[in-house]
Amino acid sequence: MSWQTPSLDIDPLLDDRTTRIIVCCGSGGVGKTTTAAALGLRAAERGRTVVVLTIDPARRLAQSMGLTELDNTPRRVAGIDESAGGQLHAMMLDMKRTFDDIVVQHADPERAQAILENPFYQSLSAGFAGTQEYMAMEKLGQLRARDEWDLIIVDTPPSRSALDFLDAPKRLGSFLDGRFIKLLMAPAKAGGRAGMKFLNVGLSMMTGALDKVVGAHLLRDVQTFVAAMDTMFGGFRKRADATYRLLQAPGTAFLVVAAPERDALREASYFVERLAAESMPLAGLVLNRVHVSGAARLTAERALAAAEALEDLAAEWPGAGDPAPSAASDTEVGDPVDCPAVENLTDDRIADRDTGKAEGKTFTDEVSLTEPDGLPAESLAAGLLRLHAERMQVVARESRTRDRFASVHPDVAVAEVAALPGDVHDLEGLRAVGERLAKGQPAAA
Amino acid sequence: MSAQHSAAPSAPRLHIVTGKGGTGKTTVAAALALALADEGKRTLLVEVEGRGGIAQLFETEALPYEERKIAVAPGGGDVHALAIDPELALLDYLDMFYKLGRAGRALKKLGAIDFATTIAPGLRDVLLTGKACEAVRRKGASGGRAYDAVVMDAPPTGRITRFLNVNDEVAGLARFGPIYNQAQAVMRVLKSAETAVHLVTLLEEMPVQETVDGVAELRAAGLPVGAVVVNMLRPAVLDEAAVRIAASTQRRGQRAAVAKALSQAGLGGARRGGLAERLVDPLLEQAREHAERVALERRERAEIEELGLPTYELELLGDGIEVGGLYRLANSLREQGISGTQREGGR
Repeated sequence: MSWQTPSLDIDPLLDDRTTRIIVCCGSGGVGKTTTAAALGLRAAERGRTVVVLTIDPARRLAQSMGLTELDNTPRRVAGIDESAGGQLHAMMLDMKRTFDDIVVQHADPERAQAILENPFYQSLSAGFAGTQEYMAMEKLGQLRARDEWDLIIVDTPPSRSALDFLDAPKRLGSFLDGRFIKLLMAPAKAGGRAGMKFLNVGLSMMTGALDKVVGAHLLRDVQTFVAAMDTMFGGFRKRADATYRLLQAPGTAFLVVAAPERDALREASYFVERLAAESMPLAGLVLNRVHVSGAARLTAERALAAAEALEDLAAEWPGAGDPAPSAASDTEVGDPVDCPAVENLTDDRIADRDTGKAEGKTFTDEVSLTEPDGLPAESLAAGLLRLHAERMQVVARESRTRDRFASVHPDVAVAEVAALPGDVHDLEGLRAVGERLAKGQPAAA
Repeated sequence: MSAQHSAAPSAPRLHIVTGKGGTGKTTVAAALALALADEGKRTLLVEVEGRGGIAQLFETEALPYEERKIAVAPGGGDVHALAIDPELALLDYLDMFYKLGRAGRALKKLGAIDFATTIAPGLRDVLLTGKACEAVRRKGASGGRAYDAVVMDAPPTGRITRFLNVNDEVAGLARFGPIYNQAQAVMRVLKSAETAVHLVTLLEEMPVQETVDGVAELRAAGLPVGAVVVNMLRPAVLDEAAVRIAASTQRRGQRAAVAKALSQAGLGGARRGGLAERLVDPLLEQAREHAERVALERRERAEIEELGLPTYELELLGDGIEVGGLYRLANSLREQGISGTQREGGR
């Protein structure tokens, strides 16, 4: 094929003991969390002691790893093959707990109490946009410092831009260096206890304006908060810087996760460039949900032409007045005498209320539905061909999108993961994704 | 207040479009802004997350922080667009409410604006929702509404309730004073019949689950839920009965008949090992996958129906979205009657 970028070999990456951190990043809805979990499971079953840090997993995926509660500590995942000497641990990030822990650890009890009770702190730590990123970085640093795992796999927050994750430590740093913080802290410092003595002359115009905007007591809350946090800022900043350097270190590998769609790949492209600019080590691109066909040699055009020919034949079939089963024929399909399945043939757009029942019997009843001559073979074959044509169009579209990415980033190694018909929500499913990831090329089904 | 207005509740004017990442909420928001701009109406499409998605969709250069016309709807309506920059919005806001021209710049120099928009992200969200509400309430030159409808491409479902409720939170923090008043005013608009929060989803498990959770959260917070938009619906190539039969064609006889039919259509030999015969298995495998998907979509659709919300469906546009496709989606929304959508309980 025209696409000849290097392929991303997942197993060597997982097996390499010097790989200590893998960060999965990418835009929303491309399967980051699933990828992170599948990598973790595979690495554990290949002998690594792994912890997967997930940010906001889908409920059923979390349950599959035994994460029923959000308790901010890694839990050992049961049901893993540990014969190779590995283990899998998983945790969900609890932002507020992480933030509280930092406060409690780094301030004396009285001050910690004051911070925890400050309304401004409460609202900040409850997780507005941004806090999640800081706390994910913080947690990563903590996990690394504990040194209990030889591989940490991180799923990144579903941010408005995936890049926020990278920006968090820097932004925190530059904020803490900002003059505004110093200004806010000045009165508290000058007056000893926070908010007691008010403002020296040089600042009065400034804070006067601020008071007017935010209201004096809100400003006082902020000042109290900032003053109380003051002692911790040094530590905050140090750790943020350390985590940032950790991300640049050789033991770290970034995986950009995407789906073969224009928007997702555009974002991936942006991310690849950004990682390079920040000297962050990119291992490669994981392309999820790639469609393949076992009959790729039959083009969409030929399949469609053949389908039409067969439909013409079927129309001449004696007794089979039914239009061929295709999207084009929305008309009443079928004649119940010829085709016993037809009674269930309501247009599936008008999902009827008792779909639960209907769906329940799909696979048990299908044998009885399949009378040998239920549908003329010509119609059936035509339907199969139309389905194939659609699949081939999807395959072609995806490969065009992929090629566009590859021509801009010819050096980025890629692992493709064939699309699964449904979502993954058990260990078996994660194992299957891991296998597909390791294969790197979606084998035709 | 609005309850006494008239017997028929008015259609919402602030449309907040959310959805799980990857469901195409920006596209749906844009199509909705176009759909609502029929019959000479004016709509404003607001972007709050600074990703430049709207400019890309309409194939124009990056939007500056100002309202500008980006499209003409069929029938002569206008779509305007605005990408809100939180920093500039804060300065704007300071200017508008406090005439703080110079002091505002001083604040910026000191990093206060950074502080407000980055570290105190609650304030940032207040500014974003505040700006949209301001546009909803703004009067035009002739004394009428400046915009007939405002459509916001909002943060994803996981964050939407917190995003919209931030004003409650901030009002709680400020307790009184100008920020408190502003926050309260914004909350009044957001919780009124003027607002509807629409959720975009795909017929897949996770997005539907997130939609169901999102609706529950919005309802619990007293925020007005509008409609569910099922996006990127794939064409029904094989109808379901055929799918089932195809999926269960295990019998030798049936397989041979299919092989023969394929061969008849000129796709090679039907004998064992012949080209047509070798096509049968992969084609049936694809049909099985299709059948599995159809069953899954049915389940997901039923789950959406349980929500009891007006539901709109948009087809998958093959080659990504370009301007033409956007108009098609807008047209489809219009045909499905979205401009008459009432908020929950408003019917």
